[in-house]
Amino acid sequence: MSLVILASRVRTEEKRIITALERRRVRYDRVDTRRLWSPAAGGSMPWRAVLNREIGYFRAVYAGRLLEARGVPVVNTATATEICGDKWRTTVALLEAGVPTPRTALALTPDAALDALDGIGYPAVIKPLVGSWGRLVTPVPDPATARAVLEHVAALPSPQSHVVYVQELVEQPAGDLRVIVVGDDVVGAVVRRGYGWHANVSRGASTEYCTPGLDVTKIALAAAAATGADIAGVDLVEDVDGRLLVLEVNHGVEFAGFQAAQSGRVDVADRIVEHLLARAEQWCG
Amino acid sequence: MRARSRPGRFDVWGTDPREATVISCPDCEAAVPLPEDVRLNEVLECGECRIELEVVSVEPVLVALAPEIEEDWGE
Repeated sequence: MSLVILASRVRTEEKRIITALERRRVRYDRVDTRRLWSPAAGGSMPWRAVLNREIGYFRAVYAGRLLEARGVPVVNTATATEICGDKWRTTVALLEAGVPTPRTALALTPDAALDALDGIGYPAVIKPLVGSWGRLVTPVPDPATARAVLEHVAALPSPQSHVVYVQELVEQPAGDLRVIVVGDDVVGAVVRRGYGWHANVSRGASTEYCTPGLDVTKIALAAAAATGADIAGVDLVEDVDGRLLVLEVNHGVEFAGFQAAQSGRVDVADRIVEHLLARAEQWCG
Repeated sequence: MRARSRPGRFDVWGTDPREATVISCPDCEAAVPLPEDVRLNEVLECGECRIELEVVSVEPVLVALAPEIEEDWGE
């Protein structure tokens, strides 16, 4: 039985993972999620383990659910993917595990969000529950701006968009930290510095190598464990008191910028493959 | 939203498609270099018009316009 890389869009990261598998002469299949289907009841699937690299959140969650229902182990699990891809569920998981995260509130309508923001205080950030690469993440310095942004939120067609996630704005002039966790290890860390206030590499942020200290290592491992993610990109910021706070735990971590900053210190794709092989061995013997 | 190109809308340069090193962008016809280890479903970007292309076949190399980014895409 072979290992499977599940992905519809082959980005630099998937390509590196495939190359790492081939370098290790591992038997694998690459399955395009867009072609995947399964009856609700049926026999088992001939796959040892699946690495879920699907770029679409809902497709990734249901692919995980579909495969797990057929007895196939999936990394990250469907539950971990579900938690990491939903900002509110991530916040709850972090708080339950005692992992520090910025003050956050969930409002069930845009109107209620104004009250929630009064509770959180300004400046704050309004974020969509699901989404990535900093899309629609909007800083609101005052109530007047918040009202204008929330009017736009109310006009969005999807009912899910009207559930509003608000968070205190933690200024990060020196950039934020991206830490990659694989299994029980921190693979490395980089400082990300963006243009404007976004620190997403997909938006042109630069990455610079940094050695993760003991506090960073501890909090990143705790954050990944809180969400149940085996492989995670943990984003951290430091508040004015020097306290580390976890902003996000990414289930389908992109690591091209991270890898470039490592200058050969670590091969992220190979570490992922190594972990997948260990997991497959553990599950299937 | 931009419609995806039809599967047949492509061009391959070179006499042997397996040895092609560039393809023609289906949108602006600029030459897009192919990586040596091109993969199925790999996403390439046209350096001229910046449009994303998806490799829909590797032997021979065929490309189509990549699907638009969806709301729930990301890390």
